[in-house]
Amino acid sequence: MVGITSYGAYVPLFRLSGEAMAKGARGEKAICSFDEDSITMAVAAAMDCLNGLDREAIEGLYHASTTSPYKEKLAAPIIAMATDLRRDIITADFANSLRAGTSAFKAAIDAVKAGSAKKVMVAASDCRLGTPGSAFERSCGDGAGALLIGDTDVAVTVDASYSVYNEMIDVWRADGDTFIRSWEDRFTSTQGYLPVVHEAVSGLMQKFNFTPSDFAKVVFYTPDDRRYVELVRSLGFDDKTQVQPSLSAVMGNTGTAFPLMLLIAALEEAKAGDRILLASYGNGSDAFALQVTEQIEKIRDRRGMKGHLASKKVINDYTKYLIWRGILPQETIPGPIRFFSAPAAWREREANFRLHGVKCKACGAVQFPPQRVCTKCHTKDQFEPYRLSDKKAKISTFAMDYVTPAPESPVVTTTIDFEGGGRLECYMTDQEVEEVKPGLPVEMSFRKIIVKDGVHNYFWKSIPIRT
Amino acid sequence: MQGIKDRVAIVGMGCTKFGELWDKNYKDLMVDACYEAFEDAGIGPKDIQAAWYGSRESGFTGSHLANALKLEYIPISRVENFCAGGTDTFRNACYGVAAGIYDIALACGVEKCKDHFGGFTMDITDPFDRSMVEWELPPVSQFAQLANGYFNKYGLSYEEGKKTLAKIAVKNHHNGTMSPKAHFQREITLEQAINAPIISYPLGLFDACGLSDGGAAAIITTPEIAKSMRKDYILVKGLALVNGGGQGKLQSDYDFSYIPETVEAGKLAYKEAEIKNPRQEVDIAVVHDCFTITELLIYEDLGFSPRGKGPEDVEAGTFALEGDLPVNTDGGLKCFGHPLSASGLRMIYEIYKQLQGKAGPRQVKKADIGLTHNVGGVCGYFNCAVAIFGKSD
Repeated sequence: MVGITSYGAYVPLFRLSGEAMAKGARGEKAICSFDEDSITMAVAAAMDCLNGLDREAIEGLYHASTTSPYKEKLAAPIIAMATDLRRDIITADFANSLRAGTSAFKAAIDAVKAGSAKKVMVAASDCRLGTPGSAFERSCGDGAGALLIGDTDVAVTVDASYSVYNEMIDVWRADGDTFIRSWEDRFTSTQGYLPVVHEAVSGLMQKFNFTPSDFAKVVFYTPDDRRYVELVRSLGFDDKTQVQPSLSAVMGNTGTAFPLMLLIAALEEAKAGDRILLASYGNGSDAFALQVTEQIEKIRDRRGMKGHLASKKVINDYTKYLIWRGILPQETIPGPIRFFSAPAAWREREANFRLHGVKCKACGAVQFPPQRVCTKCHTKDQFEPYRLSDKKAKISTFAMDYVTPAPESPVVTTTIDFEGGGRLECYMTDQEVEEVKPGLPVEMSFRKIIVKDGVHNYFWKSIPIRT
Repeated sequence: MQGIKDRVAIVGMGCTKFGELWDKNYKDLMVDACYEAFEDAGIGPKDIQAAWYGSRESGFTGSHLANALKLEYIPISRVENFCAGGTDTFRNACYGVAAGIYDIALACGVEKCKDHFGGFTMDITDPFDRSMVEWELPPVSQFAQLANGYFNKYGLSYEEGKKTLAKIAVKNHHNGTMSPKAHFQREITLEQAINAPIISYPLGLFDACGLSDGGAAAIITTPEIAKSMRKDYILVKGLALVNGGGQGKLQSDYDFSYIPETVEAGKLAYKEAEIKNPRQEVDIAVVHDCFTITELLIYEDLGFSPRGKGPEDVEAGTFALEGDLPVNTDGGLKCFGHPLSASGLRMIYEIYKQLQGKAGPRQVKKADIGLTHNVGGVCGYFNCAVAIFGKSD
């Protein structure tokens, strides 16, 4: 039996109000902060999914996104490193389509079924940009979902799947484009979304002898809520009782991650025995018949969709959004910028990505970054790696810089002490100025520090614990 | 172990005007500082047998000093030790003389900070790596962490803490008005200091020193030779330099309410100078008030005030020009300005003048033993220099 053994989600803390984008526009959408992107969100969702699990047992990581920061360079290894997965595992990026999330899901299921890996993590994330003022800008939100696929302790079995592909120009972004484009909705919906998802779902039901009443819930990708209702009705489902709400009014359309995130939201409400029908869309459609097991109760402690959606800060500042997305330029100081060294970054990878400090085997002192000689007992080269990224910490002291030009002011520096030992000086993010004080409990979040010469440089920041 | 006490003497010193010297380059500052020192000592550049040159930003080898002064094929080492570079430059020159290798040595520190946007290159070699993941902020955020650490440890509210810090700034600005070579020479009020815009919380504009251009120089010789040159030479009583090894960044028991490097450097210098009770025995101190919080910590770290009692001594006016132990009589880094590696030598210049009784309107009544203090770097990795001086026998 192969299926989902764990899930996790990530919705950024910040929501941009509809009103900030267009007068009278309702709702809000989740937006990455200035230091987040599809990689950092995927890491956060994967960490949520890995909560309490043995990371050594994970044998694959697939990342799905249309918004990887790199055109040539794999994102999955960054995520695998940040989530501290083993080195000898399968990694791959699934890209170029909003269907990439379910493509990765399908590939993970197949890999486990084929026996080439025991547990495969799928992390889908997107932060798509609509042209300022466009409908896409209002509808696209940012977020990530992660599913762990395995064949033991299965919480959701994957009983059947059915895929179709469909060649058409409906939504696209060319190499070099910043913003996504679309043909008119009359065409893309009536000739694309509606018939294509219909074809995949009805194909699945026919082939495996399902009827609409077999499913407790349907979870479909949707470009908008009106089309969603139209689609589920055309398939014979009751749009009042059988449909997972699209959450588009509270989070936006999260692209590649959207169907996975909606599935996670549905799983949070599901009970053992429930059948769920999942379908994606993007130059075709992948449809899946899933069934929830008793095991679901054992993975309820995820922050998931509910936790992340409830923890939010709504901003009404459109200019801030444009600066965060790099659409508006930002003041810089003339003069040399610090030199980035690829060899140094590579050499420091265990510390920078995995947030591995060291623990002295002689005296037990935890130290970050890794040292050769123990700061406490001066023993040389007697250390074991020690992961700090999943440890809670408290602020020892801090500073808030209001002068340095930055996408978000003040720039907060914290010195934090981890539960179980270890100290780290790092930036803080997602904070309210008023709450920053010695003793504040914090957790770690993988964030983008700087982009220079096309290099996206990541490290960990402290954040107030999201509740 | 034979210490430095009474083994070397200063026979001449020079210091340029500090400030935004847009029309001077670093070689102008070398010439101005060193020629004042030559004139003061009654010697010329040809009498210099060896030199040490301190700089972080300007003139990367000893040859720049040789070129500026036309020194003819003598050994010159460049010293870089961040904000303690000036004192370390002086220290090396003293050791050259004390070792008996040279009779007359020159120590010169110069910085052209204001050729950099904002006065400071952000290209700071951080303690760890070049992978650009560490914090990259101006030094103020290091010292703001100390301020928050101190406030937290002693339960000071923002208002209480800021008031103490503001009093230090007001004192140093007052002293600066009597200091013709200082970058800033105007009084400020307590309200101005407290209400100034925040740079890095809780530190505001008037909690920070000026970043300036400037240079200073000292001529060092043996006490025997010094006697033949002038009566009012100044003796070196103690010299200490201490470098932190990241302890405060690696170990959670460090609480940011003090600077251990200052404590340790103070102990070493006091031992060498045979000072048992610094509060009673030190007459005047010129210390590293890069930020007001640093000066507050120094009071306690160097034993001028008991732990946690610095604010009470500030309130009592202990460190004012007329107080029991005047600190930063020339305006300090706050008003004299802070050209990094020149500052240590500028501090020695002030002690030299005070001990000679030549400090003009800011002359303190009793000046037999004077102390200078520098601290540079970041928390856990500070380098700290303490030097103690006495009058000629």
